[in-house]
Amino acid sequence: MATDAPALPAGLTKGKRPPGLIADRGFRILALAAGLMVLVILALIAIYTTREAWPWFSAEGLGIFSDNWDPAHQHFGAGGLIYGTLLVAGVAVLLSLPISVGIALFVTDVAPQRIRRPIVYTVDLLAAIPSVVYGLWALFVLAEPLANLFQTISDATASIPILSTLFANPSASGKSFMTAGIIVAIMITPIITSITREVFATVPSAQKEAALALGATRWEMIRGAVFPHSRSGMVAGTMIGLGRAMGETIAIALVIGSSPRITANIFGPGDTLASIIANQFGEASGTHRAALIGCGVVLFAITILISVAARAVVARTDRRSAGTV
Amino acid sequence: MSAPAMPLTQSTRKGRRELKNGIATALIVASFLVALIPLTLIVLYVIRAGMTVFNLNFLTEDLPFSNRFDGGGIYPAIVGTLVITGTATAMAVPLGILGGIYLNEYGGHGIFARLVRFLADVMTGVPSIVMGLFIYTIWVLPRKEAGLSGFAGALALGCLMLPIVIRTTEEILKLVPDELREGSYALGTRKAQTIRRVVFPNAAPGIISGALLGVARVAGETAPLLFTIGIVSAANWNVFDGPNTALPQQIYINASVFGGFDAAQNRAWGAALALILIVFLFTLVARVITAIYTRRSAAV
Repeated sequence: MATDAPALPAGLTKGKRPPGLIADRGFRILALAAGLMVLVILALIAIYTTREAWPWFSAEGLGIFSDNWDPAHQHFGAGGLIYGTLLVAGVAVLLSLPISVGIALFVTDVAPQRIRRPIVYTVDLLAAIPSVVYGLWALFVLAEPLANLFQTISDATASIPILSTLFANPSASGKSFMTAGIIVAIMITPIITSITREVFATVPSAQKEAALALGATRWEMIRGAVFPHSRSGMVAGTMIGLGRAMGETIAIALVIGSSPRITANIFGPGDTLASIIANQFGEASGTHRAALIGCGVVLFAITILISVAARAVVARTDRRSAGTV
Repeated sequence: MSAPAMPLTQSTRKGRRELKNGIATALIVASFLVALIPLTLIVLYVIRAGMTVFNLNFLTEDLPFSNRFDGGGIYPAIVGTLVITGTATAMAVPLGILGGIYLNEYGGHGIFARLVRFLADVMTGVPSIVMGLFIYTIWVLPRKEAGLSGFAGALALGCLMLPIVIRTTEEILKLVPDELREGSYALGTRKAQTIRRVVFPNAAPGIISGALLGVARVAGETAPLLFTIGIVSAANWNVFDGPNTALPQQIYINASVFGGFDAAQNRAWGAALALILIVFLFTLVARVITAIYTRRSAAV
């Protein structure tokens, strides 16, 4: 090891490189290159998909946002798909958020210490079930009872002004925005849970103990100490869940009903950016294929915007809490 | 409460607060139970429906010519899932580990490392179908029919795994105590040697467990394979040559056969059971490694 002594002044080693230096530099460069791959891949995704989608962008112009997706007549407006993507993801987050926050609180503040880890593993199992298996189950098991439920709700609310539109024309097969939203809600619960759980875990126990010492009940402690400290973390977790929900493909493709449109009937069939790519790409060519790749570009742009926004929220909080400590 | 002198309003207020607390606690416990319902239902249903077709022939025979017919097995799909996921792992894990090493050991809080860290997070959020489209445009399209192969699918899955492995590796490396690095430097070793001989062996179990979770996550992906691997009905062990198939793809195809053919539906459930077994196995192994690892480091 004596030959490896690094402390020699530069002048003394002139002409004869110290052994191991090249390997040392080489490893550093290798590691740097690996890190750079992320940047390269993201750039290539943007370039290649946009290039292949270009015929669609140039043919439709702003028409890409119209509500008319009609491959038979070469009309490819993605407005209905964007709407469907937002609606399904919105429903999913709305259903999943309270449950995820509940589970996170259960793990951090309510459950006995001994069973906390098993609970985390159990909830994480939900993330281990593949998307296509969720879709399969939703299609063959969940859809039928849901169709009956939708019909019942629709009949019951037929005379109530806003609800009658919202719940009108329920799909007989059970394939609908709502079905997709429910199944995606189950799928994003583990991710929102794990993020909010981590945020709740960072609440200083001194603050929690202080609240309890003042005579607060556990719920008052959660409302007074845990939530205010975790608000932006919960926002970020919600946004990451929203991004995941928007990118979800196969489960939605099986239960959404494949009819791209803008409608308030959440019990009716629709379509999303991701699911239409899965369902139509096989038989598409020319502008149709370019339009489907373009749907991917739009989806890519939306999800990147959401993750950037989520990170911005987190970064702002980090800075703020770093300032107060 | 027992003190009769206490004003009535105060005790009802206390009662209301207790009641609120009770309701909140009940809702919190209920939310966990609600999440258990779909988990239990799905797993039980997949096992029950999958078992009706699950036997040795199902696991070892080729796919039938049409998925509307009875018979045949899903052997080619099992082979495809293993070789495609394996190839993706072989590409993404070494690269991801190197990337994680860069972030934690070299980059630190520098502007470039912060950028890579941020982009890795963004890349984790890229939808899997977009990865599929990306590999289709950059790899499959220039090669036409010959581009459809297990390798193309592996590229897409590898892209999905890479950011996961980078970030897990970084998190695990953070846990390696600095004293170990300093001790190694004090003996005169160079940084690369220190990382390879001291830091990495210490973090290896955690990194392996993280990588396995990444594998489990991409093994069940369907969307990136839809336009990249083509389809075959006989097993193809060669990832580089010729189209391939995979369990998630077979589930999707058999589930979306129009008209609800029983043969296709049963095959989908059987394939789902096989896929869940594979994914759970990876997850379980990862958890066991983590558990052994944390117990050992807790004892130290």
